[in-house]
Amino acid sequence: MLIATLFEPPMWLTLRLAATTTLVLLLIGTPIAWWLSRTSAWFKAPIEALVALPLVLPPTVLGFYLLVALGSRGPIGAALRALGQEPLAFSFSGLVIGSVIYSLPFVVQPLQSAFESVGRRPLEVAATLGASPLDRFFTVAVPLARRAFLAAATLGFAHTMGEFGVVLMIGGNIPGKTQVLSIAIYDHVEMMQYAQAHTLAAGLLVFSFIVLLLVYGFNRRLQALHP
Amino acid sequence: MSTIRGWFKLNLGDFHLDAEFEAPGRGVTSLFGPSGSGKTTLLRCIAGLERASNSYLEVNGELWQDDLRSLFLPTHLRPIGYVFQEPGLFPHLTVRENLEYGFKRTPIDRRRIMPEQTIDWLGLASLLHRHPPSLSGGERQRVAIGRALLTSPRLLLMDEPLAALDAASKMEIFPYLEKLHVEMPMPVLYVTHSMDEVARLADHMLAIEGGRIVAAGPLSETLTRLDWPLARGDEAGTVVDAVVAGHDNQYHLTYLDFSGGRLAVPQRVTSTGATVRVRLLAREVILSIEPPLEAGIPNIFITNVVEILDISPAMTIVRLDAGGAPLLARVLRKTVAELGLQRGMWVSAQIKSVELMS
Repeated sequence: MLIATLFEPPMWLTLRLAATTTLVLLLIGTPIAWWLSRTSAWFKAPIEALVALPLVLPPTVLGFYLLVALGSRGPIGAALRALGQEPLAFSFSGLVIGSVIYSLPFVVQPLQSAFESVGRRPLEVAATLGASPLDRFFTVAVPLARRAFLAAATLGFAHTMGEFGVVLMIGGNIPGKTQVLSIAIYDHVEMMQYAQAHTLAAGLLVFSFIVLLLVYGFNRRLQALHP
Repeated sequence: MSTIRGWFKLNLGDFHLDAEFEAPGRGVTSLFGPSGSGKTTLLRCIAGLERASNSYLEVNGELWQDDLRSLFLPTHLRPIGYVFQEPGLFPHLTVRENLEYGFKRTPIDRRRIMPEQTIDWLGLASLLHRHPPSLSGGERQRVAIGRALLTSPRLLLMDEPLAALDAASKMEIFPYLEKLHVEMPMPVLYVTHSMDEVARLADHMLAIEGGRIVAAGPLSETLTRLDWPLARGDEAGTVVDAVVAGHDNQYHLTYLDFSGGRLAVPQRVTSTGATVRVRLLAREVILSIEPPLEAGIPNIFITNVVEILDISPAMTIVRLDAGGAPLLARVLRKTVAELGLQRGMWVSAQIKSVELMS
């Protein structure tokens, strides 16, 4: 039964969304975190505040503005339509954009503090040994912050899995297209279909537990290998 | 053009570095000064880790920085080795991977120093598969020195490599540093605030104070110029390279010859003919206008007074010439008056104790 839930459209969609979102988050969150950890520019604080906003805003506020911006009458939506593109609202891409913004602080903050605790010295040492800036980032900063990468990816993934308000606002609730697991469960409960709600809810519960178990187990091994 | 030449101007809050210097392009030059004098900052500027404006640096004919021509070689393109005060090994890499980090990034045609030779030289063979956190302080610093050497640097920068070590680890590292300038071809800039390290390791000296170079030159000259601050301190003295002349087994002495005469030190297992370095402290020298009872007594020298300078209301420093070797004596101002010391006078100088450095 639990295996079967994995192949239900909402579960599959949710996993796909969480995986894509996590990937995008790592790709854009890493440079942001790196920049924040190094810079002393005056606009560091405003950027930090902006990145942290999703922590305090109700997801519906975020979702609402994204809907306004991405919808066919919004600035981004209109621009896309002028280019002959589909509007992003009520699409998988729209969901990814919403989820990325919503989970950004969960990825940026652990990475930023890890980069800060790496400090300048190891990178200076690498520079004196002939490593270019990009080289020392990948061979020194990233390996020294590897546990933060694991934490950031886990948090980003988990946070996206459980997301509700943002995806409801900008994705709508289109089965097979934008209906993610949390919304599907909500729908089932609304329609008094407790058995179906159980199947999905228990599936999510067990799946999440297994993922976290693997992550923490891996984390312990990393720690044991290189204290 | 075997020389290292440059000037750096840098403002860091209250501290201003304004240092112009020239050092020989071979041997060990110590960058000596008290804490906060700017010696580490100067070294970081030379490495390109600190971006000084309006600056210039030339190393053995190669231009590394010239702000008039907008030339600034970033750190990773400067052929330097840098040993920091704390070893700074990469904890995620094994000792071997640490050693080879810089080696792999050195162009093949520029590699002069090879891993196996370095591992052998520094005695690192048994540590290669270990990770830095499991090493002792001395072992870590040995790995850091090896890692820096393996970039085959054209200039080796060392920032107080012994300061963070305990006494036992210091003694473990010292022999390698002493061998360094004999066996390694590149010039070394060695930052320290320890006169003992200067006396043991340096051939040349740049003294820095308040961000400015206050004395520069060959070690014995820099230590004994009375118009420079080093000769006035408590640790004032000279350094002499002497040759082992023989041993006295009855009194357990080793005799050392230098241009000024013969020194006797407690016996050391050193073969005759070897060169050793000794330090003669100004406060250990006693002056007398009586000639010695007989010629050739160890530790008593006939010297000529070159310069006399009062360094406090009570103390006077006297610069002497002992057969061509400079010698400093710190005596009471009263003694100078009583002996009637004057420039050009011949006096006998007795040295109470001699510090053997190597």
